[in-house]
Amino acid sequence: LLQPAVSVGNVGQLAIDLVISTLDMTKVGYFYTDCLVPMVGNNPYATAEENSTELSINAEVYWLPSKKLVVLQIRSPFIKNKYRPFCEALLSWVKGSRCARVVVLSSSHAYQRDDEQLLGTPLRYLLTPDLEKAVGGLMQELNWKEMEKVAAYPGISDTDKVLHIPGGGITKLLFTESCSKGIQMAVLLKFCSEGDNIPDAFVLVNYLNEWLQLVKSEVNSSSQWKIPSSWRLLFGSGLPPALF
Amino acid sequence: MATFFGEVVVAPSRAGLDEEEEAQDESPEDSEIRRELQAKRAVQIQWSAAEPSGCSRLVVAIGRNAAAFLSSFILDSVCWEVVGVVKLWNEWCRTSSTTNILPTDSFCLFYRLISDPTVLLCQCSCYVAEDQQFQWLEKVFGCMQKEGLQVTILSTCPVADYKTQESTLTLASPFLKALKTKEFQEQVCCPLLEQPNIVRDLPAA
Repeated sequence: LLQPAVSVGNVGQLAIDLVISTLDMTKVGYFYTDCLVPMVGNNPYATAEENSTELSINAEVYWLPSKKLVVLQIRSPFIKNKYRPFCEALLSWVKGSRCARVVVLSSSHAYQRDDEQLLGTPLRYLLTPDLEKAVGGLMQELNWKEMEKVAAYPGISDTDKVLHIPGGGITKLLFTESCSKGIQMAVLLKFCSEGDNIPDAFVLVNYLNEWLQLVKSEVNSSSQWKIPSSWRLLFGSGLPPALF
Repeated sequence: MATFFGEVVVAPSRAGLDEEEEAQDESPEDSEIRRELQAKRAVQIQWSAAEPSGCSRLVVAIGRNAAAFLSSFILDSVCWEVVGVVKLWNEWCRTSSTTNILPTDSFCLFYRLISDPTVLLCQCSCYVAEDQQFQWLEKVFGCMQKEGLQVTILSTCPVADYKTQESTLTLASPFLKALKTKEFQEQVCCPLLEQPNIVRDLPAA
């Protein structure tokens, strides 16, 4: 199961849009949940007049049998106090449907990095203990960097180190719950800030592709991904000519 | 993020607020307050007679403009009778509890066509908050049979929110757009809403 966390810059969600659009995945269902703000629109992956009128809502599931891939896309923010109920419902669905592993795409506030994190790659990964056994070695080969833990009380030298993902939305909760429930989960995240996060989405989806090999990697790293039609006008309508 | 004066503030994010800090360490008093607040925000629906089980058409007007449209062109005291009312409270509004509703009040009423009791209208001019939308939905549709039910939702959005290639200033407004489910087979009287536009809040729910 591949899914995003609603996180800073919506990078995870944009990356998932690229996956669904490029692999031309079929919608197979949706989550009927009171945990997300409602929204509805027409098909965001429409390529022609004929397929543009299918309704689309805030939490939908897509499937690609050839790669045994199920993708959940989340399109709206969480309602206050609903993080935990959603995570619980999601993880119980994961266990009930005997899903082998879960990959969460997420992001974290770039301004919260410490001095060392400012250098080098802005991409990080996390693995639950159950998945560590299976793919830990592969992560070493790919030369990926694990998300660092931070001191629980910064400034005091002797404290425990804890996982802290500021701006990550449900990422930390999903991860810690998966650790305790024995679910094989990986989190892939990028440090970023709010703004035009399309480049961040491309970086994150290419990072994912290094591991899962969903599409053939090419030299020009953005050409193998298809941008969905719903990404048009991301920053509003055209400008009034009278402005100039 | 540091500001000019040196204090650190949390950057606003489209992703919403981080909830991790809030969820831990809730004292019994806090839980009690949260429960009371949730109870206060509960959506209540009262039907004047029996619940409307045999409804064939439901028209829901959400927002003051849509509600005013129904009041001006459709509703009158001869053909329509009030059969239900929704009571709710949130930070933005409280539904009016008087029987003589003024157009400026916040209210949510259900009317039935006297000559055909299977036709229902809902006028909802109050703002239904995010956490109440699902409740509203479940309470209203919970007591209706879904088979053979046709629902029409009327709502308005600011033209400034409409995303299009040209500037919205040049558009001839107001204009109509529609969204429909696969099951709706009849002709729609206006063009469908193009991507990347979306509908939010209660109409979306």
